[in-house]
Amino acid sequence: MKAKSPMELYGLLPRTNCGECGEKTCMAFASLLIERGKKLEECKPLLEDEKYRESYEKLKDLLAPEVREVVVGVGEHAKNLGGEDVLHRHDLTFFNKTALFYDVWDTMDDDALKERVERIQSWQKFYVGEFLRLDGVAVRNVSGDPKKFAECVRKVSELTSLPLVLCSYDAAALEEALKVVADKRPLVYAATQDNWKKVLELVLEYKVPVVVSAPNDLDRLKSLAATFSQAGVEDIVLDPGTYPTGKGLETTLANFVRLRRAAIAEGQKDIAYPLLCVPMTAWLVYENEVDAAYWETILVTIFTIKYADIMILHSIEPYALIPQTTLVANIYTDPRRPVAVEPGLKVLGSPVEESPVFVTTNFALTYYTVESDITSNNIDSYLLVIDTEGICVEAAVAGGQLTAAKIKEALEASELENKVKHKTLVLPGLAARISGETEDATGWKVMVGPPDSGRIPDWMEKNWPPK
Amino acid sequence: MGKKLTLEDISKLLEKYGVLEFEDVKIEGDIELKVVGGAGISPELLTTLQAALQSSQMMSQFAIQAAHGLFSILALAKLAGYPVESVLRSFGISAPAPAAPAEVAPPAPAVPEIVIPEELVAAKFEVGKQEWVGQIQEVALGATAADGGSRETVVKLGGEKTLPFYGFEVHNPNPPRIAIDCFDMPIPLAKAVREHYADVMEDPGEWAKKNVKEFGADMVTIHLISTDPLIKDTPPREAAKVVEEVLQAVKVPIIIGGSGNPEKDPAVLEAAAEVAAGERCLIASANLNMDFERIAKAAMNNGHVILSWTQLDINQQKTLNRHLFKLGVKREDLVMDPTTAALGYGLDYAFTNIERMKIAALKGDEELAFPISCGVTNAWGAREAWMKASPIKEDSDWGPREYRGPIFEIVTGLTLALAGGNLFMMMHPGAAAVVKEVTQMLAGFKDVEKAAEFEGWLTWAEK
Ligand code: B12
Ligand code: SF4
Repeated sequence: MKAKSPMELYGLLPRTNCGECGEKTCMAFASLLIERGKKLEECKPLLEDEKYRESYEKLKDLLAPEVREVVVGVGEHAKNLGGEDVLHRHDLTFFNKTALFYDVWDTMDDDALKERVERIQSWQKFYVGEFLRLDGVAVRNVSGDPKKFAECVRKVSELTSLPLVLCSYDAAALEEALKVVADKRPLVYAATQDNWKKVLELVLEYKVPVVVSAPNDLDRLKSLAATFSQAGVEDIVLDPGTYPTGKGLETTLANFVRLRRAAIAEGQKDIAYPLLCVPMTAWLVYENEVDAAYWETILVTIFTIKYADIMILHSIEPYALIPQTTLVANIYTDPRRPVAVEPGLKVLGSPVEESPVFVTTNFALTYYTVESDITSNNIDSYLLVIDTEGICVEAAVAGGQLTAAKIKEALEASELENKVKHKTLVLPGLAARISGETEDATGWKVMVGPPDSGRIPDWMEKNWPPK
Repeated sequence: MGKKLTLEDISKLLEKYGVLEFEDVKIEGDIELKVVGGAGISPELLTTLQAALQSSQMMSQFAIQAAHGLFSILALAKLAGYPVESVLRSFGISAPAPAAPAEVAPPAPAVPEIVIPEELVAAKFEVGKQEWVGQIQEVALGATAADGGSRETVVKLGGEKTLPFYGFEVHNPNPPRIAIDCFDMPIPLAKAVREHYADVMEDPGEWAKKNVKEFGADMVTIHLISTDPLIKDTPPREAAKVVEEVLQAVKVPIIIGGSGNPEKDPAVLEAAAEVAAGERCLIASANLNMDFERIAKAAMNNGHVILSWTQLDINQQKTLNRHLFKLGVKREDLVMDPTTAALGYGLDYAFTNIERMKIAALKGDEELAFPISCGVTNAWGAREAWMKASPIKEDSDWGPREYRGPIFEIVTGLTLALAGGNLFMMMHPGAAAVVKEVTQMLAGFKDVEKAAEFEGWLTWAEK
C-alpha cells in the first residue's frame, strides 16, 4: 500500500473518535488500517457522510494493496487471490493464502468424477486449532469437445460449492461452460495470444475473472494484461508458465520473482495482478505416481514462498496434500500474531472425579495439538494450561517458563483439589525433568506422560487409573 | 489550535504511538515531508514549526523510526492537529506534490458498451535489479593433500551476492550442499529411514561409505552421540577413534558433531579435532551455553571450521559470532546454524530467521555474512513424518507413512534453501537426492534433456 504510517491516514479520517469502528480513537483505527487489521469500510461515518467522500477515495487509494485482489467463487468458499503488499513475510505478513485447486477432467466417468470431487471437497487436516482444507476445483477440457466440457462443469458445480477454474484454450468451450456457471464466478483459464479477442468478449459479457497466459514471455503477458485492463477488465490473474525441471524451472522462478518485484518494489500497476502456477506440469515429466506427486509438492514449496497466489494440482494423495497445505499455512502465518492461548483450566468432555488432569503450555501449536488429541479420542479430562508466555514445552522447560512454581500457582487457581479425588498430575514427557520438583512443590503425585500427546490414548490404557 | 509544538510533545507522541528506536543520528539538510489534507493556520504555529525544523541541534538527538517507516516531524505535528501543509505552502517551503487523488469513475452507462481492440496493446516488461552491498563469506570445507589433508574433494559454501536462486540478477557461485548423517552407535530412527541403514548401523565407517557411494552425499556428518553421559558416556579419546575411522572410510569432507551435551561436548570435540588435524572438518558446534572457547580453540589449533549454533535468534547469533571472532576465529572458518524447525512445527520461525539473516548480510551486516547450515533431519520430529495414522479422528486418512516422512524432510530442506541455507544435514537418501537435484536446478547448475511443453498439462491424460 502507498500509506507508510498511520499519520497519513489519520488526517483523512473524521477525527471525531466516535468509536463506531470498535476502536476508541481514530488514531487507533488508523494504526490498524496500516496493519490491515481493519477494513476502511468499518468507519461508518466516513462512508455515510457526503462530506468525507473525497477523503474516503483518497484513503482507498492509499490503502489499496500493491497487488490487486481478485475474488474467485461466491459465498462462504469464495477465495481472495493476491492483495499482497510485501516481498518478504517479515516485512509485514503475507495476506491471502496461496489457493490450492485440484483438477478433474471432462473425460472422467460420472462415478469417478463424483468420487474425486467428493474427496477434494471433504479433505481436511487439523492444524493449530483449525482444519486445513483444499480451496477449489480446476476442470480441464481434455476431450476438446465444448459440450462435453460444459456438461462436466455443470456436474462439478452441482457436486460442490467450492470455486472453480475453467481450463480450456478453446473460447467456444469456455463460452459453453460460462453459460452454465458464470453466476458462480469461476476463474477463466486462459486468454492467450491466439484466443484473446474471444475470451475478452466472454469475460466482459459474463463479468468473471480471467487468467491471461503467456508461457515464459513476460512482454506478451504484460501486453495481454494491458489489453484486458484497457478494455475494462480488472480481475486479471497472470500465468507466466510453470516449467517443472531444469533450466526451465530456474527461469520460471525468475519470472515469478521479477513480476512480483515489479508489482511491489516498483509499483508497476499494469502488471500488479495475482500469479498462477501449475505444479501439475510435474506429471508431464514423471511417470511414476509418487515421483510426480513429490515433484508437484516441490513446486508448491518453491512457488508458495515465491509469490504464486493460486495453483493447479493433480495428486490428491495424503502425502502430497498434508505437506502442501501445511507449508501454505506456515508461510502465511502472520509473524506478528500472538502465538498464545488463554491459560487456565480447560474442561474436556465431561470429566468426573476419577478423570485425569493433564498439564500443558499455552503455546497455540502445543495447546491445540494436545486438546485435539484428547478430545478426538473422547477422553474426559481436565487440561491445566500453564502460562508459559506462548512457548512450547521443551523450550519453556529450557527457558524457565514451565516450572514447578508456575504449575503450583495454576493448580491452586484451578481449584482442582475439589474436582478430582486422585490428586495426580500428568506432565508432558518432554517436561519429565521437572516432575520431582513439581511433586515437592504441589504435594500432588506426578506422572510423566508420553513425549507426544498423540500417544495419550495408548498411555492411558497402560497407566490410568494410577495404581 | 494555537498550541505550541514542543520537544516534549513530540516525545510524548512518539511514546504513544509505539516508536521503537532512537539513535544518535543527525538530521541535516532536507527533511522529508509527508503531507496530507488540511485547513487554516495560525501564524504563531507557523513560526514554531519553522523554528523547530531549522533547529538542527534540537533534532540531532533523534532519528525517529517507527514500526511502519519514518515518521517525519511534520507528520507528528500534523497528528497533534497542526495543519502542516498549508503552513508550508504559505511559507513557500516546497513539499512533495500530494498523491494524485484516486480517479473517480464516471457513472457507469446503463448498458456498458463492449469495445474489443483490434490488436494487443504493445508492451515491454522491465524491472530493475536489486543492488546489494554485502557478500556472504565463502567457506571451504575439506583439505586435500596439497593443503595438508587427505580429502579428495573440497566443498565450498557461501559466497553469495544475491538472494538464493536469483540467477537472473547474478549467479551465486556455490549451489547448496548435502551432508548425510551417520552415528557412532545404532539409534532409533523412523522406519522409512531405518531401512536404508539397518546393515551399517553397527559400523560408522561402513555407514559413512554408504552415504557417499550409494546416496551421493557431498559430505558426511559423524554424530558422536554415544558420548552423552546419559547414553554410553563414551570417553572423548575413544570417540575420537570413530572419527579416524570415518576419515579413513570416505574421502569427502566431514562434519564432526558431539552429543549435544553442553558439559561433555567441549572435551569430545577437542579430542576429535585433534585426531582430524589438518582435514578442515566442520566442528559442530559451539553454543552460547557451553565452553565455546575450548571448542573454538580446538578448531583453530587443528585447522578446522567451526559451526556457530544458536536457537532461532538473530541477536544471539551475532553475539556468538562476535565472541568467536574475539577468540581469533577467522572469517573464512565460520559457518552458522541458526536452528531448523520442522514443517508444521515452527518452520515459519526457521524460514524467517534465516531469510532475515541472509538479507541483513547482503545489506552489509558483516556479523551475519556467513554460510548457513540446516539440520533438516529435525523434520522427522513432525508426527506427520512418522506416525502410522492421525491421532485425530476428524482428519482425512493420512495414507502410508513411508511416503509422508521423506516429503516432510524435502519440504523442510527446500524451504530453508529458499530462505538462504547453504548446507543441509539430511538422513533419508531419497529426500537428500531430491533436495540436491532441485536446488541444483534452481541454482542453474543442472538442466534436463528435454523440457516439458507447458501447455500440455491442460489436456494431459493419465496413462
Ligand atoms: C520453535 C522453537 C522455538 C521458538 C519457540 C516458539 C514458541 N512459541 O514456542 C523460539 C524461537 C522462541 C525458541 C526459543 C528457545 N528454544 Co527452541 N525450539 C523450537 C523448535 C524448533 C520447535 C518447537 C516446537 O514448536 N515444537 C512443537 C510443539 C507442539 O511441541 P511441544 O510443545 O513439545 O508439544 C508436544 C509434546 O510436548 C507433547 N505434549 C505437549 N503437552 C503435553 C501434555 C501431556 C500431558 C502430554 C502427555 C504430552 C504433551 O505433545 C505435543 C505435540 O507433539 C525446537 C526444536 C524442534 N525441532 O523440536 C526448539 C527447542 C525446543 N528449543 C530449544 C531451546 C534450547 C530454546 C532456547 C532455550 C534457546 C536459547 N538458548 O535461547 C529458547 C527458549 C526460549 C524461552 N523459553 O524463552 C531446545 C530445547 C532443548 C532442551 N531439551 O532443553 C530445542 C529442542 C532445540 C534444540 N534441539 O536445542 N524455540
Ligand atoms: S468510526 Fe471512524 S470516526 Fe469513528 S472512531 Fe472509528 S475511525 Fe474515527
